[in-house]
Amino acid sequence: MALALDLGRKGTPVLVLDDHDGVGQGSRAICFAKRTLEIANRLGAGQRMIDKGVVWNVGKVFHGDDRVFQFNLQPEDGHRCPAFINLQQPYFEKFLVDEIRVAQDEGAPIEIRGRNAVTALDQRDDHVLLDVDTPDGPYQIEAEWLIACDGARSPVRDMMGLSFDGRVFEDNFLIADVKMTADFPTERWFWFEPPFKDAGQSALLHKQPDDIWRIDFQLGWDIDREKELREDNVRARVDAMLGEGAEYELEWTSIYTFQCRRMQEFRHDRVIFAGDSAHQVSPFGARGANSGVQDADNLAWKLDFVIRGLAPEALLDTYSEERVHGADENILNSTRATDFLTPKSEISKVFRNAVLELARDHPFARPLVNSGRLSVPCVYDGLSLNGPDMLDGPERTRVGAPAVDAKLGETYLLDRLPGEFTLLCIDAPAPDIDEVDGVPLTHLGLTARGNPFLKERYLGDARGAVYLFRPDQHVVARWPEASADDVASAMRIALGKGA
Amino acid sequence: MELNLEPNIADPDGFYDELLAVHQGLSKEDSDALNARLILILANHVGDRDVLTAALKAAQR
Repeated sequence: MALALDLGRKGTPVLVLDDHDGVGQGSRAICFAKRTLEIANRLGAGQRMIDKGVVWNVGKVFHGDDRVFQFNLQPEDGHRCPAFINLQQPYFEKFLVDEIRVAQDEGAPIEIRGRNAVTALDQRDDHVLLDVDTPDGPYQIEAEWLIACDGARSPVRDMMGLSFDGRVFEDNFLIADVKMTADFPTERWFWFEPPFKDAGQSALLHKQPDDIWRIDFQLGWDIDREKELREDNVRARVDAMLGEGAEYELEWTSIYTFQCRRMQEFRHDRVIFAGDSAHQVSPFGARGANSGVQDADNLAWKLDFVIRGLAPEALLDTYSEERVHGADENILNSTRATDFLTPKSEISKVFRNAVLELARDHPFARPLVNSGRLSVPCVYDGLSLNGPDMLDGPERTRVGAPAVDAKLGETYLLDRLPGEFTLLCIDAPAPDIDEVDGVPLTHLGLTARGNPFLKERYLGDARGAVYLFRPDQHVVARWPEASADDVASAMRIALGKGA
Repeated sequence: MELNLEPNIADPDGFYDELLAVHQGLSKEDSDALNARLILILANHVGDRDVLTAALKAAQR
């Protein structure tokens, strides 16, 4: 939906085929990270998510009865978006769909067809031929490009016979969303070896909007799924966690296992995979839904330029290059968290518990505690679309990194980077260039005088700087001062035309 | 910094004695836990990632 909205807003005709109707109920992500909200803001849907979502900063980690430590993700000042919100995925999707309706009314060429399932596909030279099944009978349609956002069990991937390799973790998690008006604080509570009865190896309690709480129990590998999912068994566990007499309704329960795996390549000619169809991670760290939105953010502008003939098709290969890099980072983090949560050997459990014991008294051990490393945006270090990094500037805004937000009076920097190539000149002269090979370049001139956020995040010790941003707000290149030729050359690199 | 594999403890016998003493009377399980804590504390004190990697390699033999 994010991709459809982004492309449609740029004027590219998009057809969304949805095999059921309306907002999905299957996937249950609850934790959306700052970068995702920033992307949603660019698409016009971010504020409603933030208004509806539960903003949280404090996490507490327990081991048995004891509190090991607590952390505070309180974000630094000068950002429009909070570090994280909890929001049920159906809301997230609904706000995007609502924004698609707004865009449609403004003339964006987006169409959504519910209960349209792709049953076969054939890649031709300049299009993909799709067989689509509907309640009113089948039909065929030709698509110039097909983006498969059809989930971890991707039917399109299966139809194409493509592999999806990785590691299966031998563990079951019981997940329950319960509705209650309890006065637990708005914090993330995580237990290793929880003290309450039959809670398994770990447990999680986390608040969502509408008085819903997410509860997770790690049950281990050898379990009787049907038995564990019986309401009285689920209730017995939840009762033990919340305390006798807690009143709640069970909204939804499920048992899941998980895998960490990805496709070798995310682009196969005219079929491109995005989100869970391309890569799958464990839920620890909220890296599934968040990385899917980053995929969409990465792909939309590239596809737009290729379709309009402003960039070579090779630009689409860099979608795969960059998002494979992102997926590997997510898989690495999520695998490490899983190994900490579920020690695979006796000695790994000894070390895990030693870390938890030491963390109670000694700050040094706290960074070793891993109950999920929360999603942070991917930096495309050393990849092919990067231009020169000529500024001795802050590391966080180096070439390949996404723009870091900064308050600018009443507005924010990211609001001023609205999905086009943008040249930001901070206390540096603006080179005379407003397009490269037909691709427009927007200018933004700012001063860091009186703005400590800009100075700290973009200049460091430099007096001035010129930053070139891609439409997805990642840094292409930066200089202390740049000529029109410098900028044109960097933009050609970022358009997949080589140096 | 390089991993120092030359003698560096001023009172080797005294240290060895102290090392054994903290394990005195512990079960295998408690001893393993103590060793794990000790490794983590020492590793943090060293801090230098390259030295830690070299130490892990040296211990692997």
